[in-house]
Amino acid sequence: MIRLNNIVATYTTVRGQVDAVDGVDLTIPGGKIVGVAGESGCGKTTLLKVIYGDLIYPLALRQGSVEYELEGVVHTVDTRNGRQVATSIKDYWFKYISYIPQGSMSSLNPVVRIRHQFVDFLDPEHRTDDVIDGIREYVKSLDLPPEVVDAYPHQLSGGMRQRIMVAMATFFKPDIILADEPTTALDVVVQKGILQLLMEIQAQMKNTIIIVSHDMGVHYQIADKMLIMYAAKAVEFGDSEDVFKAALHPYTKMLIESLPTIGDDRMRRGIAGRPPSLWEDLRGCRFAPRCPLATELCLAQEPELIEHKPGHWVACHYAGKTHQ
Amino acid sequence: MKMNLRLKIGLVILAIFVLGSFILPFFMEVDPSRQGSYPKNLPPSLEHPLGTNSLGQSIFWFLVIAVRNSLLLGVSVSCVTTLTAGITGLLAGYVGGWLDRVLTALMDTFIAMPAFPILIVLSVLVRGNTSFLMVGVILVFFGWPWSARTVRSMALSIREREFISMARFSGASTLQIVFQEVFPYVYALLVVAFIDAVLWVTTTEAALAVIGLSKVEIPTLGSIIFWALSYNALFIGQYMWVVAPVVATAILFLGIFLTSTGYNQMYATRRGHDV
Amino acid sequence: MGLLQYLTSRIGSYLVVLFIGLTLTFFLPRLLPSDPIENYIVQLEAQAGQSMSPEEVEAIRKTLQQIYGLEGNLSSQYVGYLEDVVLHLDFGPSLANFPTPVNELILKALPWTVGLMGMSIVISWALGNVVGLLAGFFHDHPVATALEVLGVILYPIPAYIVALVLIMLFAYVWPIFPLSTTIRPGPLTFKKIRVILYMSFLPALANTLTRLGWNILSMKAVSFSNKEEAYVTYARLKGTRPLKIMTGYVARNSILPQITRLSLSLGAIFSGTVLIEILFSYPGLGLLMRTAAGTCDYNLLYGTITITIVAVATAALAIDLLYPLFDPRIRLR
Repeated sequence: MIRLNNIVATYTTVRGQVDAVDGVDLTIPGGKIVGVAGESGCGKTTLLKVIYGDLIYPLALRQGSVEYELEGVVHTVDTRNGRQVATSIKDYWFKYISYIPQGSMSSLNPVVRIRHQFVDFLDPEHRTDDVIDGIREYVKSLDLPPEVVDAYPHQLSGGMRQRIMVAMATFFKPDIILADEPTTALDVVVQKGILQLLMEIQAQMKNTIIIVSHDMGVHYQIADKMLIMYAAKAVEFGDSEDVFKAALHPYTKMLIESLPTIGDDRMRRGIAGRPPSLWEDLRGCRFAPRCPLATELCLAQEPELIEHKPGHWVACHYAGKTHQ
Repeated sequence: MKMNLRLKIGLVILAIFVLGSFILPFFMEVDPSRQGSYPKNLPPSLEHPLGTNSLGQSIFWFLVIAVRNSLLLGVSVSCVTTLTAGITGLLAGYVGGWLDRVLTALMDTFIAMPAFPILIVLSVLVRGNTSFLMVGVILVFFGWPWSARTVRSMALSIREREFISMARFSGASTLQIVFQEVFPYVYALLVVAFIDAVLWVTTTEAALAVIGLSKVEIPTLGSIIFWALSYNALFIGQYMWVVAPVVATAILFLGIFLTSTGYNQMYATRRGHDV
Repeated sequence: MGLLQYLTSRIGSYLVVLFIGLTLTFFLPRLLPSDPIENYIVQLEAQAGQSMSPEEVEAIRKTLQQIYGLEGNLSSQYVGYLEDVVLHLDFGPSLANFPTPVNELILKALPWTVGLMGMSIVISWALGNVVGLLAGFFHDHPVATALEVLGVILYPIPAYIVALVLIMLFAYVWPIFPLSTTIRPGPLTFKKIRVILYMSFLPALANTLTRLGWNILSMKAVSFSNKEEAYVTYARLKGTRPLKIMTGYVARNSILPQITRLSLSLGAIFSGTVLIEILFSYPGLGLLMRTAAGTCDYNLLYGTITITIVAVATAALAIDLLYPLFDPRIRLR
């Protein structure tokens, strides 16, 4: 289980400070695949970094904290008097909680063999031949020939490299796996393979996987729970079946409607307009300028994330309504 | 144009040297290269700011003229060198094909060869018939390949970009495209290449002069040192004769280099990279 | 590109450079207005007064032409030249030290140059790379900035200035080292080795300092940009220790362009070495060249130039051939 306590994460840039995640407060249950969806810049990657504890300049956790249980111990990533207390989490990186970053193509060291990259973050006494043999066995279950372990990254295809990234992130059987756009830039067949792989791993290890993707199709295939983010805010959260069949937030509805379905020849509608700039002073509901249901209330008062139905949270004054 | 610290310091140094060496000569009383104008081996004083040397020349004024000549040579040769490098680099990178192969082979060959020893031989062979021009021509020969290579790789990468395809489809001729579309990107490179060339030319000419293989009758930063060493300045304790040009050279070259890398840094940040 | 392709293209360029270099050296003297033989004969005639008959002059001319390799037409000269140089490494006799063959003089001087240059390259490259790596990796740290400033100040200072400053400081002001190198001939004893090291210290220091700035700056630039690469970020996210990131990730990748640059700059390094040898009177190829220049000893001049071109090109080739050992992308497909 991962508890997000009113997280505000800030980037410091030359133009000033901007809150990429602005007050996200919810509980993510353990043992499920959670999909995080939203447009570029909505804060999903930042949220992932905060959960992971990767808070280096220019990213800082201004307010709030993250709590999760790893190996029975509750860890907290928070700020105390403005200073980060996330240092202990680094000891757990890749052993109890792991991260698959965007762009697997260039995330592997080009001049070092794959097998070294599996273990070079461990203490020397753990880098034994047994472990390497174990890795060779393990990659077989990911549909990779065991020789890839002795190869260099440039000798592998893009799909293979992404599988290696998944293998690295799962080898030590972590309790939490965070994946940032794991299927972007891969062709559809390879995509399906990766998603299948993740589902199998989760079924076996019964851990928590959080997948960030702007592609609703990915979430449709694999997510148990869905978190929709918009302009640094969480706008909907619930079981993916509920979200996809009966979305409560107008933005979610529009996201889902943009998905093509077989047999449905209707024209797909995109969503007009763009998300608001986070540099501006934002009041009221941030989706209001683009929302067909928006009223004066929406522009004036920001809706809170409330449990509209059991297990289904939404931040909208007119949740569930399809028209005014 | 927001200038970074390096560029500012570099330009200040250059300004001092350039203005000093070109304006001060108007205040000269005698031709500094004329021997016996003053008593020999005087220590620095108000009248002779750096003292005089064993040939009865004022070290300060000789140095001023030397800086001027070195800069003149450096700038004029660099103009030709940079022009050549720019044209060959652009052609090689943009046109490609056999022209590229031939030019690149030429560039790589000249880069692989140690320039200085060959210059030694050349200077011996043309001695007697040397004019300063000859020295300059020889320097051009070896100066152009380095920058040409950089220009070429820039031209290569630009060639692939979309706006070039657009221009091509719109029917513009190769020459037009090269000069109108590719050139602006290459411009900054050429400025840096020019400044680097000035540094290289001045250094190399001075190096040749120091060992006595250039036209040492003409005062340059190198020939001062040559004469000083010939007259055993260090041995007889006339340190200023050597120290003055050494310090001046070091500061001048530092100034040229700072300008070059400062400009490069500034342009790189403009293009969006951090250096 | 594949390994085979890489090797063949490197060897190919090598042969092209050798060919062009040798041809250039061949044509250089022949393109000039002054004819060394005529100059020499004029000198002789001036010395001998009017007492030389036309036949004697002609005989001398013929001998000189033979020695200089100037008999016959241009193409036969060229072939003969190539034969002599490539097959026999024969540059003829030295004119100033007649009849000592040029080869002998070159062979005596070559080890000195190789030693001086080799030592300076190793130290300045290794030290420069370490300093550059630190300066680039710890970019914001004040010490890193100081190291970079060190590089900036050292880089534009030319070899002869460094040499002169060292001479002034350590041979005159604080006379620790000798002004010029005098090494008595004789067997290689321990004492002699100490003397050699003592004499070589300043020239080696000068040569090292001259190149150090460039190594620092180029390594710093590469390390700094590599530090931002995705694979470095990923290493951090895995919890890899910073030292391991610096060595295994940044350094291992940054060293590759440095090797290439080293190979390209051998010509410049040699030029600097020549200058330093001359200023310190160090008995290497540089001094030989200068002496040959002074005495118009053409055979010696061309011999040293040719050896220089061959040596630099060969050393560069050697480095290029070693490169695949470091970069698996070239070594394996």
